Amino acid sequence: MTATVARPPRMARTRPPRSVGRLISRWALPVLTALAIGYLLIPVMVMIVFSFNDYQGKFNFIWNGFTIDGWLHPFEWPGLPGSITNSLLIAFVSTAVSTVLGTLMGLALTRYDFRGRGPMNALIFLPMATPEIVMGSSLLTLFIGSALPPLNGVIPRGTFYPLGLQTILIAHIMFNISYVVVTVKARVAGFDRHLEEAAMDLGADEWTTFRKVTLPLILPGVIAAALLAFSLSIDDFVITNFVSGTTNTFPIWVWGIIKNALPVQINIVGTIIFVLAVGGVALSTLRGGGAAPTRIR
Amino acid sequence: MADVAVRLTQLTKRFGDPAGRRSATADGSPTAEGVTAVDHIDLEVEDGEFFSLLGPSGCGKTTTLRMIGGFEQPTFGRIELQGEDVTWLPPYRRNVNTVFQNYALFPHLSVFENVAFGLRRRKVPIAEVKRRVSEMLELVELPGFERRKPSQISGGQAQRVALARALVNKPAVLLLDEPLGALDLKLRRQMQVELKRIQEEVGITFIYVTHDQEEAMTMSDRIAVMNRGRYEQLGDPEVLYERPRTRFVAGFLGVSNLLPATMDGQADGYAAFRLGDGTTVRVPTTVLEDQSGSVAVGVRPEKIRMHETDQASPPGFNSLGGTIVDASYIGVSTQYIVRMADGRRVTVYEQNVERATKSELWKTGEQVVLAWSPDHCFVVEEGGGAAPESDEELNAVA
Repeated sequence: MTATVARPPRMARTRPPRSVGRLISRWALPVLTALAIGYLLIPVMVMIVFSFNDYQGKFNFIWNGFTIDGWLHPFEWPGLPGSITNSLLIAFVSTAVSTVLGTLMGLALTRYDFRGRGPMNALIFLPMATPEIVMGSSLLTLFIGSALPPLNGVIPRGTFYPLGLQTILIAHIMFNISYVVVTVKARVAGFDRHLEEAAMDLGADEWTTFRKVTLPLILPGVIAAALLAFSLSIDDFVITNFVSGTTNTFPIWVWGIIKNALPVQINIVGTIIFVLAVGGVALSTLRGGGAAPTRIR
Repeated sequence: MADVAVRLTQLTKRFGDPAGRRSATADGSPTAEGVTAVDHIDLEVEDGEFFSLLGPSGCGKTTTLRMIGGFEQPTFGRIELQGEDVTWLPPYRRNVNTVFQNYALFPHLSVFENVAFGLRRRKVPIAEVKRRVSEMLELVELPGFERRKPSQISGGQAQRVALARALVNKPAVLLLDEPLGALDLKLRRQMQVELKRIQEEVGITFIYVTHDQEEAMTMSDRIAVMNRGRYEQLGDPEVLYERPRTRFVAGFLGVSNLLPATMDGQADGYAAFRLGDGTTVRVPTTVLEDQSGSVAVGVRPEKIRMHETDQASPPGFNSLGGTIVDASYIGVSTQYIVRMADGRRVTVYEQNVERATKSELWKTGEQVVLAWSPDHCFVVEEGGGAAPESDEELNAVA
């Protein structure tokens, strides 16, 4: 039967003529994309590759062969372990404090109408907009000023001066809060208030409502904010340099050491931070499904 | 049945008062600024009743419901639930549950956990939670949906889950805020029947907010028709339809012909009213309330019969001459617009029982006599609440 079925006449296939424009439209996007990604990733790749360099002398500049010697002693350099401990401590504490405060501020600024809400919303951007070097020097002035007349009798010594871990913490919490507020606000803006009313309607008091409904729903935003705060804190150099006094964080330590040496440990610690950061972001993306606000229609 | 489930006393809510949320004046009378959403409402809802608050948007019906639920605090007045003053209690301390307009299902919890939410808050044993949740999903005809997330069910299903989530707590009163508003017409009709069935099955008092007159009439035992923060009339659906007392109610529930008239004396249980074109119509004195000032005599379009000018109207009927200016065939009936001598237009619905083909229908330009029984008349005060501009438009929305 099939043999008797008449075939439709074959259509002459028309092909657009090859042209330069067509070549460009075909290849331009992939090539440009590859270039852009390369531009972003090559420095990181260099850092990772050179962490395996069997370098000679003090400076890890010239490729001299593969070794995992460095990775066997990743923190072996005077002052390095202490600076990493400080950096981690500051990053964790400042992230925790700024995430809690920033989340509450983000909720309040989105939810409630109160006197000064408008100016507050604008002020929250100031620490992000101010150049770090200005922020650092003004913080230093503020901290030192606390030890000088007329404040020296009012503010106990040790609060802001001498400079140390606590002044770095204050500075980091301050600039982190802004980023947390902005991130959390984006998430809260899409939040349906009726969900909280529904929870209260069903017998949940304010705290239970927050715990069972509000927090779970804004959690992806809060996690994103915390990751951002952590990464800002752990690699901050400019502000930290002004307010650290004699305390070393990892970036400060690197800055100090490169005048005399460039040990492979810098690459190794950098690689570890990079891997942890990428892992953290990947994990939160997989779990939270991104920071897109959830809406019920 | 006689027990009162909800009693509102002088309940008032104003928004945007400069003095803050609470009343600036002692009796809650309006201050210079602010909008009065609910204006000194007194209302009693009986136990086991299906009660509807019906009105256009902005009439204060949702605000009233939210005050009963505890989501808004009244500016003035008192709310009692089964005899207990709950005016200042937070939502979680009131024995009422709400079905929200957009369902407000928790997107991060499964259907089971959504329904179980209220029971878990009250520390009900787990075995009982499981039993009651599955019973409730059975009642709303969603068994087997326990593990779905709200994003994985349809609008109609979400509506049922929201209902189950509220009913599982066995509240004294269930508040429903336009719960069918987001559903399409067919599903809405189906859910109306369903809601009524569920209400009869569980025997809980329902307070239902809607702007859809048909929805309210289908389901309710009693309806309060609200306008501008007050209810204009309260009663059974039939009474509201047959004997509307205000222009607003007459226009909001169905289509009405309202003819401005002046009273011309009473005799034999009937009052005579003179219309604008000089015709006198009779109205039973039983439908007269204490209407004062200028009034309008009303009659529903389907109560009017039409006959030719050389025929006599049935004895005792009110009759009125006019010219047909428009005829639209709607299938089940034909809608005519008849212009009276004074230019006023009257709408008439004629069932297509005897006349059905085009040649048998009345034609534009024909002279006719409209006749209707005085018993179908009602009288409303003129001036009062403004009637919705176009009745047809409202019906189309419904």
